Amino acid sequence: MELMSWIDFHLPALVVVTPLIAGIMTVFAGKKSGPWLWSCLVHGIVFAMTLRLSQLVHGLATLPMEVGDNIPVVNPAHISYLLGSWPRQWGIELRVDALNSVILLIVAGIAFLTTIYSGKSVEKEIGSDRRNWFYAVWNLTIVGLLGITVTGDAFNVYVLLEISSLTIYALIAMGKSQDRRALTASLKYLILGSVGASFILLGIGYLLMITGTLNMADMGESLRALENPGENRTLQVAVAFLLVGLSMKMALFPLHMWLPNAYTYAPSAVSALLSATATKVGVYMAFRFLYTIIGPVFSFESISANELLMGCATLGILICSYNAMTQDNVKRILAYSSVAQIGYIVLGFALHTSLGVAGSIIHIINHALIKGGMFMALGAVVYRMGAARLTDLSGLGRLMPWTMGAFTAGGLSLIGFPLTAGFISKWYLAQACLQAGRWYLVVALLVGSIFAIVYVWRVVEIIYFGEPSAKAKSVREAPLSMLVPTLIMIGLSLYFGVTAEWTGGMAETAAQTLLTEFDGGAQP
Amino acid sequence: MANYFTSYYNYWVYIALMMIGFYGIIAKRNLVKQAIALSLFQTGIFLFYISMAVVVEDGKIADAPIYVADQKLTHELQEAEHDHHLIVKSSRSFSNPLPHVLILTAIVVSVSILAVALAIIVNIKRAYGTIEEDEIQQIEMNEAP
Repeated sequence: MELMSWIDFHLPALVVVTPLIAGIMTVFAGKKSGPWLWSCLVHGIVFAMTLRLSQLVHGLATLPMEVGDNIPVVNPAHISYLLGSWPRQWGIELRVDALNSVILLIVAGIAFLTTIYSGKSVEKEIGSDRRNWFYAVWNLTIVGLLGITVTGDAFNVYVLLEISSLTIYALIAMGKSQDRRALTASLKYLILGSVGASFILLGIGYLLMITGTLNMADMGESLRALENPGENRTLQVAVAFLLVGLSMKMALFPLHMWLPNAYTYAPSAVSALLSATATKVGVYMAFRFLYTIIGPVFSFESISANELLMGCATLGILICSYNAMTQDNVKRILAYSSVAQIGYIVLGFALHTSLGVAGSIIHIINHALIKGGMFMALGAVVYRMGAARLTDLSGLGRLMPWTMGAFTAGGLSLIGFPLTAGFISKWYLAQACLQAGRWYLVVALLVGSIFAIVYVWRVVEIIYFGEPSAKAKSVREAPLSMLVPTLIMIGLSLYFGVTAEWTGGMAETAAQTLLTEFDGGAQP
Repeated sequence: MANYFTSYYNYWVYIALMMIGFYGIIAKRNLVKQAIALSLFQTGIFLFYISMAVVVEDGKIADAPIYVADQKLTHELQEAEHDHHLIVKSSRSFSNPLPHVLILTAIVVSVSILAVALAIIVNIKRAYGTIEEDEIQQIEMNEAP
């Protein structure tokens, strides 16, 4: 059992290092299905690691007390891992607590499922000469996302953010063999994304000027010790830069302009991966910067960033849901809907109550499953039909019953139909809004849901009541390796709609950890 | 007031550089020029980090941080001082090395971004036959949704 305890001890680092080293090795795995099988194996292992990690964080298993001379800091609330045993003032600390263990689980789980799913779809959409490179880039994206989630060092966040962003630009551009507009979409995202990341870098620089450290927890402590932080111009500038940069990265309205095209023209598997993980990790960064580092007292009370975030989120819900109703490409409908859902998530945590933050985390989990599953179903349509315009889906309800059933179930969940996951998260969010005395936000939530009924119904109507086009006559059900991950994702989202015990419990623990980390600043 | 400008002049330069880059990103319609502007924008940030590292002691700007670890190295430095008539101060203050290291990483990131951007632009040129944004938009307007 020596090895097991060694692995347990080094888990926070292994979660990132394993896919980093093993992931790039796909380059040598040949041009056939080798890269895909190898990536499935790697992400399966990483998913198992994150499961173990969240067991450790929630106290269901205990961490070995010491390995060699490196004494781990074991705290009931979090696991801290010092890279190279350097003290955290100088070195890099990896830190896993109730919040990021949930996000890690989501990212690794969905990465595993989308990797299994990607096999057939990549075979069709990416030329065989580039397939091994595609998987190397794909794995690096996931490394970046996992790294952002696990690290406790502010500058490390920037570096890993750029690793994931750069690889995402490349992944989107690989959609060029299907549609050349993938290239312009990718370049647009590259320019906007780099400006956003540069703003985050500037924000971190200003925080470094004030605190003299890069460790998130140390930063948080010394910022809370500031006298009269509300008057501190440097801190104000830092928060302004960070807010703009983070909003760009999580595609908060009105900084979402890069997202619709990027999701529409990316290869199908990439759209599924991005919609389920990339923006969610952006929201996680916002949690860390606004709550752990800067602290809700400054970011929400001194400069009222929450009012700004709430305004953007509400407008995003309304305008982007409306935009989704007018699109003809189903992938683009889902892309606009994703921006609206980011609005819901931001609205939750901007309320700055434990119920709101919990609702926000639940919606991160649920939306990742729903939207990932729906993009997977659409990917299956693209696999069979070659495109995903509304006319292509016509009459497919009879020809691809399982795929279209999954899509419809996901759509219902997106609306917030009772007994689906979407209902649970909207229920939490609506309650949180009422509790904070902002009834008008509940109205916005409801109007957003009505718009969702319209844009989902437009698609569902065509699927079940439209006549199959001549091209669709010979279409069969999607291949099993695509269908099973889709059904697992949608099935899970339905399961979490029936019993919200697990997601609700996880989210509430995470919200508590986040809000009481330093000073218990949560409003009742 | 004049002091406010002169004593912070590298911060003013950083902001000016950043804004020139930002203007280029927004206003220029040529994709390569946009990539150049993005690069300029990031260079401004490097200057910001480097300026932040400066330490001023007794009105003098501190040296570059060179870590002299053990006696042997100190001895070699003294020999160098003797042999080459260099002046190596014994006790001196250093500028903060941390931002220097950070910006070394950020420079690498920025170069990679520029490389990826140029690679995509080359592909755009192949696919569309132009790198002018207006012309590309014209072409895309006529394509199916």
